[in-house]
Amino acid sequence: MSLYAPSSPHFHNNNSVTKIMLQVLYALVPGILIYIYLFGFGVAINILLAIVTALGCEAIMLAMRKRPIAPFITDGSAVITGVLLALSIPSIAPWWIIVLGTAFAIIIAKHLYGGLGYNPFNPAMVGYAMLLISYPKQMTQWPQSDASIGFTQSLELIFSDNASSQALADAVSGATPLDYLKNQLGLSRDIPDIMANSEAFGIFGGSGFEWVSIAFLAGGLWLIKKKVIHWHIPAAMITALSAIALVFYAIDSNQYASPIFHIFSGATLLGAFFIATDPVSAATTAKGKIIYGACIGLLTYIIRTWGGFPDAIAFAVLLMNMSAPTIDYYTKPKTYGHK
Amino acid sequence: MLGKLFQFKGGVRLPYHKEISTTLAVETADIPRRLVLPMSQHIGSPAKPVVESGQYVLKGEKIAQADGYVSAPVHAPTSGLIEDIGDYPLPHPSGMLAQCIVIKPDGKDEWITLTGHSGDYKQLDPSLLRNMIRSAGIVGLGGAGFPTAIKHNPGPDRTINTLILNGAECEPYITCDDMLMQDKAREIICGLLITKHALQAKHCVIAIEDNKPQAISRMQQAVDEFGNSQIEVAVIPTLYPAGSEKQLIFTITGKEIPSNGLPFHIGVVCQNIGTTAAVYRAINHGEPLISRYVTITGDVKQPRNLEVLFGTSVNDLIEQCGGSTADIQRLIIGGAMMGFAMQQTDIPVIKTTNCILVDAGQSKDLQKHKYTMPCIRCGSCADVCPINLLPQNLYWFSKAQELDRIQEYDIFDCIECGCCDYVCPSQIPLVQYYRFAKSEIWKREREQEKSDNARKRHEFHLFRIERDKAEKAEKLRLKKEALKLKEKAKEKGADDKAKSTIKETAPKNAAILAAVARAKAKKEQQKIKPKNTDDLTESQQKLVKEIDERRAKQRNIKSTGDKRKPDEKE
Repeated sequence: MSLYAPSSPHFHNNNSVTKIMLQVLYALVPGILIYIYLFGFGVAINILLAIVTALGCEAIMLAMRKRPIAPFITDGSAVITGVLLALSIPSIAPWWIIVLGTAFAIIIAKHLYGGLGYNPFNPAMVGYAMLLISYPKQMTQWPQSDASIGFTQSLELIFSDNASSQALADAVSGATPLDYLKNQLGLSRDIPDIMANSEAFGIFGGSGFEWVSIAFLAGGLWLIKKKVIHWHIPAAMITALSAIALVFYAIDSNQYASPIFHIFSGATLLGAFFIATDPVSAATTAKGKIIYGACIGLLTYIIRTWGGFPDAIAFAVLLMNMSAPTIDYYTKPKTYGHK
Repeated sequence: MLGKLFQFKGGVRLPYHKEISTTLAVETADIPRRLVLPMSQHIGSPAKPVVESGQYVLKGEKIAQADGYVSAPVHAPTSGLIEDIGDYPLPHPSGMLAQCIVIKPDGKDEWITLTGHSGDYKQLDPSLLRNMIRSAGIVGLGGAGFPTAIKHNPGPDRTINTLILNGAECEPYITCDDMLMQDKAREIICGLLITKHALQAKHCVIAIEDNKPQAISRMQQAVDEFGNSQIEVAVIPTLYPAGSEKQLIFTITGKEIPSNGLPFHIGVVCQNIGTTAAVYRAINHGEPLISRYVTITGDVKQPRNLEVLFGTSVNDLIEQCGGSTADIQRLIIGGAMMGFAMQQTDIPVIKTTNCILVDAGQSKDLQKHKYTMPCIRCGSCADVCPINLLPQNLYWFSKAQELDRIQEYDIFDCIECGCCDYVCPSQIPLVQYYRFAKSEIWKREREQEKSDNARKRHEFHLFRIERDKAEKAEKLRLKKEALKLKEKAKEKGADDKAKSTIKETAPKNAAILAAVARAKAKKEQQKIKPKNTDDLTESQQKLVKEIDERRAKQRNIKSTGDKRKPDEKE
């Protein structure tokens, strides 16, 4: 008689990668709903396309890499990559943008580096960076919140490529508030003037986007409460971004936007709670996470204010992904009983 | 005295399942038909049998003696015949066999004459107390099995400020300490006072997790009865692994045991509840350690605690608890977090066996290993690690077999509590990886030591050869010299006294003379050419000549060759 004799412990709390990823998806739902409410169904169509592409690419890559497909296809990580990318691109971008970006993220950024757990860079952000650099026009045509795009219009914008679709895209889109602000500052106008005379700005951030951001903030706080993510990265990122923004805002509020504007514009809150917190590519020690988050906050401000791109979350995250192993190395916590 | 409690880092809240084995009162288990007593029931060298097969022993008689300082004797748990001394399976994760004494009980359960010290223990010298504890075979009953007498001897320069009684019992399922505290609170306090005296400890804290309210009230009541202001009960929060020595000491004192150090380095000694009760039995009644409370729980019909004689088979105990509820799939000795699974059920209870956890597939919390996903570096493991390690990195390095790096990340401070494993969303058997890395490092160190020793042996071997050669050469030289001097003395000493006086007064001159004599002798030898070539044929003479020439030639080559390459002489 030989009994089943595994190594201890014999208990497990039944947590799983799938559960974690599902919770992250749940936390995104309020933001997505508000996004749809304010900007039409484009984002929903993009999310759907992203999920289908992500799962397809994941399955193909797993098969090619001779890995078991079932446990990995159901882990939810590919779905999250797709959804985050869909939330990062303009919701009226043509269909092939999200398909190309998601495929690039899953195949190149994830599986060529070894798949789940082994990718040094956040796959969604790699996909985003590739798209932004390769297709700047499609990637900067954002819908306006007051455009009230219907479902059929969304379909037309995304799937057809004729002249009427082009005209429609021009009619409903514009620059993002961050982009607009940057351009106008370049024309030597000052911020109060720019904000007062444009529809792009809302109460404390970009018009419409600010409400989506607040929903992401709520989802993120729920994730912290559920212990799916740690507070360190979002807190450090938001604090650092606010601090540096406050310094320059205090120096010259005509040239530099307020911390509140920075927090509620662009992808700041989506990035802080959902992108920078991707555990695989982030720092893992407590101190390391604070440094990592703070540096993302600072880099975001620097690139937004003085760099060539209006938003900067993707680049800030990718730059810090590179630094994560080094940060971890120098922030090893003190072990019990050591001095 | 006891101020606030300190909260250790990390830890997990677990499903405890303790209630299932506390409903029935503790009873004495039946004397089985056979007792198998391993010689190794403790940390240290195995005990040495002092009985023989066929011998009759009484209950409490010493059947094996301690072998060395870190060791403990073994006593007969009941009266009977020694049936065999041989190798039997031990309750050890490896399932290894080792020397055991097998007793066939006669059912009389007849004690030896016990000589306890019923008077005031304070009259006894601490060293005498230690000896009594040692000869009673007492070892830590919490699980580690470290000989208690050694723990009671921190050395003359050490002061023990705090003696902590560990009644935390933080592992799921186990309730034997809980039941012991409920049943024998007075004995525990008596044992505590004896231990306190043996250690000359300043004050004592009895630490109990707050999920054992009955034990807490019984212990508090007993403390109040004794009215000793230097003893107090500390109710600590229920959080696994609160009962681990490192965590418990931190909870009570706020101090950390230095890495590689022992509790007494910070003036603390930690002792298990059961051990303390055994100390009382040993001192006051002279009883050696022959039984203990054991929790038999999980998928058995009547989960409960029994007082079990050492050597009793786990099978017998499961039977006494009504048998298992279904076919046994897994047998865990110890708790669900740190207990080890055995491949068979016919193993004896030993001094360190606190719990027998039966898994017949009905305890939902007892996990089977599932498909392991890759580590996503979520850091949940680091959050719960009570030692503040980075389990995700330890896993990475042990998987990659980077044995140097893993030591930089303090793998040897890991207590294998299993918290990281418990929370890992990828269901990675982390503790197994750490055990693997540790044993690989030990293996490597052993191999290193072996090769170091081999190298040393080889070097010494070479040195010895050289030394012997040199000694031989020196001896030969001295011998030769002595011989020469003797010869010379013979030659010249008799007729020339003047020269001999020179020889005596000036050894340098003597040496010169000796050398001259040697040269002369050599010349003389060369002059005499001993040849048996007088009447050879012509052809023979020619042959001899040729040989001589060749020899001369060779000699020539050899000598010049030697000059050129002195290293290639051989």
